Amino acid sequence: MAHTAHTQPNYIGVFWWLLALTILEVGVIFMPIARVLIAILLVGLALTKASLVAMYFMHLKFERTTLGLIAVTPLLLCVLLVFALLPDHSATPHLTSAAAAPTAPPPSR
Amino acid sequence: MGLTAFMTFLLICSSVTMVLALASIQREDMAGLRKFLALTILGGLMFLGMQAYEWSHLIHEGLGLTGNPWGASLFGTTFFIITGFHGAHVTGGVIYLSSYLIRSLLGRLQPRHVNQIEIAALYWHFVDLVWILVFTFVYLL
Repeated sequence: MAHTAHTQPNYIGVFWWLLALTILEVGVIFMPIARVLIAILLVGLALTKASLVAMYFMHLKFERTTLGLIAVTPLLLCVLLVFALLPDHSATPHLTSAAAAPTAPPPSR
Repeated sequence: MGLTAFMTFLLICSSVTMVLALASIQREDMAGLRKFLALTILGGLMFLGMQAYEWSHLIHEGLGLTGNPWGASLFGTTFFIITGFHGAHVTGGVIYLSSYLIRSLLGRLQPRHVNQIEIAALYWHFVDLVWILVFTFVYLL
């Protein structure tokens, strides 16, 4: 928000980068590599795109460092939330498979 | 997938037109501001139209807040809550930007109001930024 004097960024250049990264994201999901690698690539690409929007469209690059730190702080809460929910994520398939498992036939006499 | 990727493209385009609207008012070019504001609003409306189409299609297929015919029912809850809240923010943004476009058309918006447009632009870019993450975490992963 502070009107620090800076030259206008190349907005159209940023647009082309965002478009290229979006196409790359869609391409990544069809790559014949491990699922975890796809996830890491997708998260990396998404964070790069989000950073481009924040830095150039929201002008965070031209603001004070303190403002950038304030903007980044909630990301730590997001990471914390993901780790807090991980136990649920790993527990659900176990419960689902137990519930869906066919019942054993009664023992024959 | 193709539809959602196009929706992402639309929001990115609308962020560009929004930043060009801000650049216009900074140059005191009010005609440029109106043109780019209108394009941003159009992008938002097209996004909402496509989201409505996607929702109606998925609901017709059986996806709901508590049910998912293709897997874990929690996905339906996550999908509708996250995309629903995002769509509500896009709707709010469209109304927000429309109010400035109307004010400008009525001659009640002057170059000295540049801060108001900058705040509206920050809101719109943040909605775009959140969609970038939603696209990855809800649709791609």
